[in-house]
Amino acid sequence: MEPQTIIARRIARELRSGMLVNLGIGIPTLVASHLPEGINVFFQSENGLIGTGSIPDEGMAHPTLTDAAGRAVTALPGACTFDSAMSFGLIRGGHVDITVLGGLQVDQTGQLANWTIPKKMVPGMGGAMDLVSGAKRVIVAMQHTAKGAPKIMKKCSLPLTSSRRIDLVVTELAVIAFPEGRATLVETGPGISAGQVTAATEAELVVPSNVPEMAL
Amino acid sequence: MQTLSVEQSVEMIPDGASLMIGGFMAVGTPERVIDEIVRQGKRELTVIANDTAMPGKGIGKLVGAKLLRKALVSHIGLNPETQRQMMAGDLEVELVPQGTLVERIRAGGYGLGGILTPTGIGTTVEDGKQRIDVDGTSYLLELPLRADFALVQAFLADYLGNLSYALTARNFNPVMAMAGKTVIASADNIVPIGVISPDHVVTPAPLVDYLVANA
Repeated sequence: MEPQTIIARRIARELRSGMLVNLGIGIPTLVASHLPEGINVFFQSENGLIGTGSIPDEGMAHPTLTDAAGRAVTALPGACTFDSAMSFGLIRGGHVDITVLGGLQVDQTGQLANWTIPKKMVPGMGGAMDLVSGAKRVIVAMQHTAKGAPKIMKKCSLPLTSSRRIDLVVTELAVIAFPEGRATLVETGPGISAGQVTAATEAELVVPSNVPEMAL
Repeated sequence: MQTLSVEQSVEMIPDGASLMIGGFMAVGTPERVIDEIVRQGKRELTVIANDTAMPGKGIGKLVGAKLLRKALVSHIGLNPETQRQMMAGDLEVELVPQGTLVERIRAGGYGLGGILTPTGIGTTVEDGKQRIDVDGTSYLLELPLRADFALVQAFLADYLGNLSYALTARNFNPVMAMAGKTVIASADNIVPIGVISPDHVVTPAPLVDYLVANA
């Protein structure tokens, strides 16, 4: 299984029917395609839509029905639209149950850097800082390493997105949570040992005696 | 409310003006007004908007024509030209978290002296700002934004200037219509008074100073 598929499928299992969920760009977007049977959630696009559906068929795109990346989407029956003030009121006000975001670095206390690489990549934070500060639960979806270098570090070297700690990071190698601000291995990836996870992780990782493998 | 041609509406905008421009990745941006700004070559503009769209679309056209002095936006990631001009020092870009940006505009339009938000605490966004604690939680004081003009795009406008919006083209438009000293609206459809039900009017007519006639 592709790393992205492992990550998306594992995160999809965190979603429960009725939740309001905001998915970031990249691997997080894939989560929508891996919802378990019978789970129905509300997807929010921060440009002002709840009930975001799939990509429209060829020739069926509507010019004013788009997601936060500006791509044409569909709206599911029961969808609603609103302005940006309400959209971010939903986000900052704790009404979004789960946000899934990409990550550049996560530190061992659960702080996230995902919006800029100074002097190299300066796209602007968009809605990322509000999402991390305000969503009830923050899940980071990212590959465990970048060109072999660990992304789960003792301390982020890149600028932080928020001082608020994330709840979970899911990679193709591991699920890591941050109880009491300490990175803790919760599950390993398919066919991966705890030792392989720690070898690919710079952060000090709490490894309980029995770590189950991800159920996908 | 007065009806103007697109040419007349843009003639009112002086060089150096500050503009709030509705839209999210050019969806809900008054494209005809933008085209006319480019045609008339207005210069040294300050733009307050969600993003600078992409090259050749919406606000991206103003960036491409080098008409901006400053952009106050949340995202420039899909417009490499904005990033290039910023790196070269030709364009000042102030990046603001999206939820903070819309609340600063709302504060400007709603007569508030600022807003308190947890977003940005402990990040570079906090630099130079006042931190205020309320009931044990820290917030940043973010100041209101106003602009000389708000350029908004509606789906429907009636002859009085009542506006309603379509789907995700609403985004920043209604909030900006409160915060521009002069509000110039254009609409996909201009309809008789009464066609927009009172419950469906999002921007009330008294806020709209000028309605751009459709071609």
